[in-house]
Amino acid sequence: MGQAKTKINFDSDWSYNPAPQATDFIKLQERYGLYINGKFKPSENGRSFHTINPATEEKLAEVSEASEKDVNRAVRSAKEAYEKVWSKISPKERGKYVYRIARLIQERAREFAVIETMDGGKPIRESRDIDIPLAAAHFFYYAGWADKLDYAFPGRKTKPLGVAGQIIPWNFPLLMAAWKIAPAIATGNTVVLKPAETTPLTALKLAEVIQEADLPPGVVNIITGAGETGAHLVNHPKVNKIAFTGSTEVGKIIQKSLAGTGKSYTLELGGKAANIIFEDAAIDQAVEGIINGIFFNQGHVCCAGSRLFVQESIADELLRKLQDRMATLIVGDPLDKNSDIGAINSKDQLEKIKFYEKIGVKEGGSIYQPDCTLPKKGFWYPPTLFTDVSQSHRVVQEEIFGPVLAIQTFRTVDEVIQKANNTPYGLSGGVWTEKGSKYFKVTKAIRAGVIWANTFNKFDPASPFGGYKESGVGREGGISGLSAYVELV
Amino acid sequence: MAKRMDVRKTYKLYIGGKFPRTESGRYYKWNSTKDDEVVNICLGSRKDFRDAVVAARKAFDPWQSRSAYNRGQILYRIGEILEGRRDQFLAELTLQGVPKREATREMNAAIDRLIYYAGWADKYQQLFSSVNPVAQPYFNYSTPEATGVVSIVAPEESSMLGLVTAIAPVIVGGNSCVVLASHSKPLCSISFAEVLQTSDVPPGVVNILTGQRSELLEQFASHMDVNAVSYFGDDSGEIKTVEENASLNVKRVAILPEKDLQKSGAQGPYHILKTQEIKTTWHPMGV
Repeated sequence: MGQAKTKINFDSDWSYNPAPQATDFIKLQERYGLYINGKFKPSENGRSFHTINPATEEKLAEVSEASEKDVNRAVRSAKEAYEKVWSKISPKERGKYVYRIARLIQERAREFAVIETMDGGKPIRESRDIDIPLAAAHFFYYAGWADKLDYAFPGRKTKPLGVAGQIIPWNFPLLMAAWKIAPAIATGNTVVLKPAETTPLTALKLAEVIQEADLPPGVVNIITGAGETGAHLVNHPKVNKIAFTGSTEVGKIIQKSLAGTGKSYTLELGGKAANIIFEDAAIDQAVEGIINGIFFNQGHVCCAGSRLFVQESIADELLRKLQDRMATLIVGDPLDKNSDIGAINSKDQLEKIKFYEKIGVKEGGSIYQPDCTLPKKGFWYPPTLFTDVSQSHRVVQEEIFGPVLAIQTFRTVDEVIQKANNTPYGLSGGVWTEKGSKYFKVTKAIRAGVIWANTFNKFDPASPFGGYKESGVGREGGISGLSAYVELV
Repeated sequence: MAKRMDVRKTYKLYIGGKFPRTESGRYYKWNSTKDDEVVNICLGSRKDFRDAVVAARKAFDPWQSRSAYNRGQILYRIGEILEGRRDQFLAELTLQGVPKREATREMNAAIDRLIYYAGWADKYQQLFSSVNPVAQPYFNYSTPEATGVVSIVAPEESSMLGLVTAIAPVIVGGNSCVVLASHSKPLCSISFAEVLQTSDVPPGVVNILTGQRSELLEQFASHMDVNAVSYFGDDSGEIKTVEENASLNVKRVAILPEKDLQKSGAQGPYHILKTQEIKTTWHPMGV
């Protein structure tokens, strides 16, 4: 690969002063209980686990682990709230409660952002500018639907489903909680939500907000725990609907265990998105898009653009520019506003990424990582490229969920469409071209639920999100997101 | 004058636009309730199903790429041809034990349902599409697209109206399908394949098998190159089998009632939506 003739040397030409986000105003309790029926209480058997800051490995708080009995209590509380309060309240008033939650999140946005970054490791710039504002926007968007559902489904009326059991992942903790809770309660359901075990804090803070909003007790219950707690929730007979975001592997187990129960479900599962760069693309913009596509949130993104397809004629130039750009990425303290890539969410996830690195190399891929000094403590992984890989390589086929990009080249439009679709996943895709007719052909041909053209990893509450094939069932966001929580009558 | 020998029909499978016998060579005896005519019906095998999925997969992309107008005309054409052959279907329905008046009602409803869905071909997209007002400078729109290959376990009791009710909303939306026809009332299912074959429906878009539900059900739901499964009936054991096997590759599952097929609730754009995916596309707005 040819090197750039003039390349800025970031080490000697200038350096960044640290721009740390203050944390002194953050008040975390030592212990958090389960939020059931409007109150925080420890788990019935007193079991708990601690949540750490993945950038420092320091303990942040002790969190209750919900047992089967706790799950029963939470579902009972949700059921009662549904029958006695939430299904009887007028849609207009229901909406106003949801608006309140949106406003309270906005008011406490910085606090949420800092806790999100401390608990999950994502750069403060992302939690501050993306996760938290979008979470508030989601509540605001769905609040407005509460009294307008008669317009959403022409020719039909709607009815809420009842109790929704919701299980969310650790990559966008508050945002995923918002994606789940907002449409559920706006349409008249009640909720039992389980956040991921490595990132429970913003969900528990959200419980505080919900308490402050005076939401009737039991409408939203938030219980912490790991897979076992989630399984109890999925299998609880009084739960009417399951909404799950997570891996395809677990999604399949959930879908199977729901068989024959009559429960509704939506699943947002894994992905291995193709990001396709045509020779007529605006290359510098495409490079930014590739970077954002795979290194956003350390690549812990189900819709990450983890398979890059570059048209052969521009491959050398693009790869050089991409490597140059990667050299400027700052990996480090997520609370520093300069940081582009934060900490890997957990030790387990770091091991999984390293496992795929080994496989990639063993299967003959060429690896590229820019020189960067990683902090001693915490979980870190540098931005990584694999070249000399083909469709059959595991790093091309399997979801790594880390900052690892697999690069392939192509010659023709039809060839790249076929390659892009050669995956059991179908969550998202990217297309870079300045030619309109090519844009329409390729965005239509990719079998995936979200396509970004000349951009990547954009989200909005009004924009439906969800996958084809093994990437899931159903949509979240927009008018489509309402169908996940209503029955048509 | 000597009595003329009638020419009896051989009932076969319908796969990839052809009428093969089952590769297994198996058959089951079907007895008419009206006269003593005995018919040998193909007892379709799992291999027949796999062959049919291959045909359906091949047909899928060209079919979904047809213009909506063209798909609408083809569905209308199916209705036209069925209308022209209604006497044959009425005779078969009668042989299958449906009283004359009811058979007429069923035929009328089946033909009308095809015309109804023909009209949706270029309209459901407008109903279920949206331009989404995102908060950043992007043009963002969502449109429905076909899910892919759909396996259909058709109603057992209503083999004419039931078959049309099962197939029409799936293919009008650009999907291809493999259908397991009624075991006890198979005649008009195979004859319907002849109607499809003469209505410009491309080979492989609809494939129809006859066979034993208990033998084929699991594979209808588990096949890894099928994207959705729709099941008509209320047998809780069968529903569990379908749903469990569907999870192997995260299929969309539609469980639909076998009864009340004459009612308006048995049709509609929301039935089309069951085998559609919503695709959302973003593009920056700027210079």
